[in-house]
Amino acid sequence: MNNFDTLKALFVKALGIDEALVTLDLAYASIAQWDSIAHMVLVSDIELQFDIMLDTDDIIDMSSVAKVIEILAKYDVIC
Amino acid sequence: MLSADCFKGKVALVTGASRGIGFAIAQKLAQHGATVFINGKDQQTLDKAAEQLAEAGYVCTPLLFDVSDNQQVKSGFQAVFKQQKRLDILVNNAGILDDALLGMVSAEQLQNSYNTNVFGPLFCAQYGARLMARNKSGSIINMSSIIGTHGNAGQSVYGGTKAAIIGMTKSLAKELAPNNIRVNAVAPGFIDTDMSRSIGPELYQQRVDSIAMNKVGTTEDVANVALFLASDLSAYVTGQVIGVDGGMLI
Repeated sequence: MNNFDTLKALFVKALGIDEALVTLDLAYASIAQWDSIAHMVLVSDIELQFDIMLDTDDIIDMSSVAKVIEILAKYDVIC
Repeated sequence: MLSADCFKGKVALVTGASRGIGFAIAQKLAQHGATVFINGKDQQTLDKAAEQLAEAGYVCTPLLFDVSDNQQVKSGFQAVFKQQKRLDILVNNAGILDDALLGMVSAEQLQNSYNTNVFGPLFCAQYGARLMARNKSGSIINMSSIIGTHGNAGQSVYGGTKAAIIGMTKSLAKELAPNNIRVNAVAPGFIDTDMSRSIGPELYQQRVDSIAMNKVGTTEDVANVALFLASDLSAYVTGQVIGVDGGMLI
C-alpha cells in the first residue's frame, strides 16, 4: 500500500465514510462527518501512522485532502 | 486506595514541576509507577528537582521549556512523543503570581500573566490532547485557584487568569469527552509554597486566620487531589473544579 492509499484508509476510518468520497477536493466541514472531533482523530491517526508530530498551524491548515498531502510533504511523507 | 503501581505504563507531564505543588504532584505520580516528565523554565532549578526526585528513588525526565512560548511547548511535547509515543496525564501547573491593585496593573504584567497562566495551559492541552487521543484516553488537570473562583482585592490579573482556566477546563471537558479525555481543575486555597510565603508574615497570618480548618494547606494536600483526578478512581469525573482550601473564606 503506498502512502496515498494509506492516507485514504485513514480518512475512511477517522471520518467513517466510503472510500469513494476521499478525493483531493474533499474539504473540511464540507460533509457532516468531517467535523472538529473527526479532524482530531484524523490528525492523531496520521501522526501515529507516519510517526510524525504536526505543528498546530499545519493542523489548522488541513482544510482538504489535497492540503493534507501538501502539508505531509513538509514532513517527508510523500503521498 | 491507589496501589503503588496504579500508573504503571502511564506517561505523565507536569509543568512547573521544579518546586512546590508541581514537584509534589510529579513525586506522587512517580511514586505510583508513572513515567514522569517534569517541566520547568530554569535549567538549574529543574535539574535540582530531578536530582531530588532521583535521590528519593524516582527517575523523572526534565523538560526545559517556557509554557508561554508556543514553539518551546511544541518542542517539549515532541520530546515526549519521541521518547514515549504517548501521554496519559497532563498537569498544567506552571503559573506566575504578580499582584497589583487595579491602578497599578501594567500591560506588560497583564500580558506576561495571561501568557503563562492561560495561553500556556491551552498550548499544552492542544499538544497533550493529540497524544492522548491516539489511545482514546487521558486526563488533563489544570491548576486554578481559590482566587479564580472567589476573587480577591489586588488580584484582578491573577484571579482573571485562574478564572479563565475554569472556563477553559469546562469547555475542553465537553470537547474532549468523546475521546475519553477528562479535563478537570484543582483550585487550591492557601498552600505552603515559596509563592505563598512571598506575601510577607502579616498577610500570611491573615490568610491562615481566614481558613476554617485554621491551618495552611500542604503541597501534598493538592497533589493527592491531582492524583485522584489522574487515576481511574475519577474515571467518570470531568469538567469539575475541586477546591483544596480547608474551608478558606475570601
